Amino acid sequence: MSSYVAKPTPPTQDKRWKLVDATIRRQGQQARGLIETLHTVQEAFGYLDTQALRYVAMSLRVPLSRAYGVATFYHFFTLKPAGEHTCVICMGTACYIKGAPQLLDAVQRDLGIVPGETTPDKKVSLLTARCLGSCGLAPAVVYDQEVAGKVSTAAVREHLKKWTTA
Amino acid sequence: MDNRMTPEELDEIAETERAAQGQFTQQVNVCVAAGCLSCQSQAVKDALDQEVARRGTKDHCQIKGVGCMGLCSEGPLVSTSVVATNAEGSDGARKEVLYKKVEAADGAAILDSLEAAPVSRLVCPTDVPFFQRQKKIVLENSGVIDPERIEDYVAHDGYVGLIKALTEMTPREVIDQVTKSGLRGRGGAGYPTGLKWSTVSKAVGTQKYLICNADEGDPGAFMDRSVLESDPHRVLEGMLIAAYAVGASEGYIYVRAEYPLAIKRLRTAIRQAERVGLLGSNICGTRFSFRVDVRLGAGAFVCGEETALIASVEGRRGMPRPRPPYPAMEGLFGQPTLINNVETYANVAPIIRNGGDWYAQIGTEKSKGTKVFALAGRVQNTGLVEVPMGISLREMVFEIGGGIPEGRKFKAVQTGGPSGGCLPTDCLDMPVDYESLAKAGSIMGSGGMIVMDESSCMVDVAKFFMDFCMTESCGKCIPCRVGTYQMHRILTAIGNMTATQQDLKMLQELCDLLRHTSLCGLGQSAPNPVVSTLKSFAEEYRAHIEDHQCPAGVCGRPAEKETA
Repeated sequence: MSSYVAKPTPPTQDKRWKLVDATIRRQGQQARGLIETLHTVQEAFGYLDTQALRYVAMSLRVPLSRAYGVATFYHFFTLKPAGEHTCVICMGTACYIKGAPQLLDAVQRDLGIVPGETTPDKKVSLLTARCLGSCGLAPAVVYDQEVAGKVSTAAVREHLKKWTTA
Repeated sequence: MDNRMTPEELDEIAETERAAQGQFTQQVNVCVAAGCLSCQSQAVKDALDQEVARRGTKDHCQIKGVGCMGLCSEGPLVSTSVVATNAEGSDGARKEVLYKKVEAADGAAILDSLEAAPVSRLVCPTDVPFFQRQKKIVLENSGVIDPERIEDYVAHDGYVGLIKALTEMTPREVIDQVTKSGLRGRGGAGYPTGLKWSTVSKAVGTQKYLICNADEGDPGAFMDRSVLESDPHRVLEGMLIAAYAVGASEGYIYVRAEYPLAIKRLRTAIRQAERVGLLGSNICGTRFSFRVDVRLGAGAFVCGEETALIASVEGRRGMPRPRPPYPAMEGLFGQPTLINNVETYANVAPIIRNGGDWYAQIGTEKSKGTKVFALAGRVQNTGLVEVPMGISLREMVFEIGGGIPEGRKFKAVQTGGPSGGCLPTDCLDMPVDYESLAKAGSIMGSGGMIVMDESSCMVDVAKFFMDFCMTESCGKCIPCRVGTYQMHRILTAIGNMTATQQDLKMLQELCDLLRHTSLCGLGQSAPNPVVSTLKSFAEEYRAHIEDHQCPAGVCGRPAEKETA
């Protein structure tokens, strides 16, 4: 592929775009690098906004519709910024059998939001996972990247209370 | 600089490493795979490290972070191994003890116990069926070697299979050995691996690709993750041998982004292999070259399907396409592509090392070798087990699994994830192999095994899986996209006690329709959980519809369920 088309300039002066550019370069500015690049953007910025999608699409020379299509097709990508803390409840089979629905019920009632949403004060985001692979420790919950196993309803409530009152 | 590894140099690394490890009369292995890490095993390891440094016993006591030891429910696990010294001196025998539920504060006690009696309150007995009934091939190094050091893998016969294949065998001979071994795809479908390799090797293309499918999407399955976290070099070696056999020069490992630790260790392993020249150009001075890159999945279950996975590696939406042409003919970037699962590749190195006949001795007539299962759910011992094919479900659940906790009654075991089925009590004596499971209406799948007791409602379980398939359907073909939605709607109605016999009939019709008209495996197998529960637990469906009752007491709270 030719590299004669001028590469677009990053939307902002933010240093994190350098990381994104590095991935784009490593993928040879080709369309096949779309998912890898979106991963880098999400890792750097936490989510994918329209500005980022436009920039990635232009850099890899794919239609914006395709970048948007890929970003919305895969569950891992999110188009909304997450709250200060995230609470991921595993809804894999083992966790489901061992009471994950009750945990989710309790959390939903406490926070007043459904999975995929963030509390209005931007403190906590609630998510569900397909399976964390920690089935030996079911039911499992991830508090800000940290996996906790054999979680009880009381324990998850307590943990969330710490976040919401802090 | 020429960094091509010769077989002699590899031997040297192995010897040096073995000599270095032999100096340690005391070894303490701490599990640092994901399961135990989430029970703070890193803190345990740090505490042990500090304690050893404080005591100044670093020269003969080694603290090592190792991979999964299997019994995840009792983590963090720590194993100790001490060269036994008695009156006659050392005879090289080692005294080994396994500890469970270790805390950071126990570090000193464990170190004290190395030369004395074991710490009885923490000892985990290893003479129980959970450990005794296993046969480890894929997991032989898990819990033994440090997954972040290539030297440790090499010291445990690592890359011996690769060297043997490259220097003593032709690609044809490698394929013959794999065919002879009877190894079948461990991703679930059970396609003979040797046959697949030989198709790809015969295919014509300017460039051939190799893909390792580590997109372990089945909820309740964590075998691949564990293998990648505990022994990543084994997968690389399997891929290298496969690439040599089929003539591929570029490979991709497609890993779920949800497995950060597996990704990290895999990347480390690739870097190490490149550094010593086991990956790259002219490996071991032969004409064989191979490069590997990691590709991250992004949370789409359908990407476990091979054509969808290829689409995803190409940077597109993971949507399957009709087959044929099969990826063996036209795969990644339109070129012949070999796709195998992590566990399949993990079996390759031992097969080449020990010969296909050795592997074929294990297992049943049509299903050879061993299979790793992730045992979870309502069972005493949850964790990772590797057993020979043909073991009965009863042995799995009641001997290895230790039975159902809290004195409850066994109800069903679910295999194969959302594409599998629920097997009731009368299937317990069935051997676990590809054919028997298929006959009973389930599938081997990737190896998740979820045990359920009487507190689980089968209608609810079927609904759970249908919800999964509905959400994960990629939307390309209509039978799957609309069918899963309609089936989920009917199952929800049954759960809410508002369904009629008419609905049940429609449900059965939809099962048939999806199975025969869907484009890919996801849609074709989506009815399996419903079909198998309808067959074995028809009474529960009847109770929901006619008596408006849920025998397990799970369903029938529409008001609360609405918000869920």
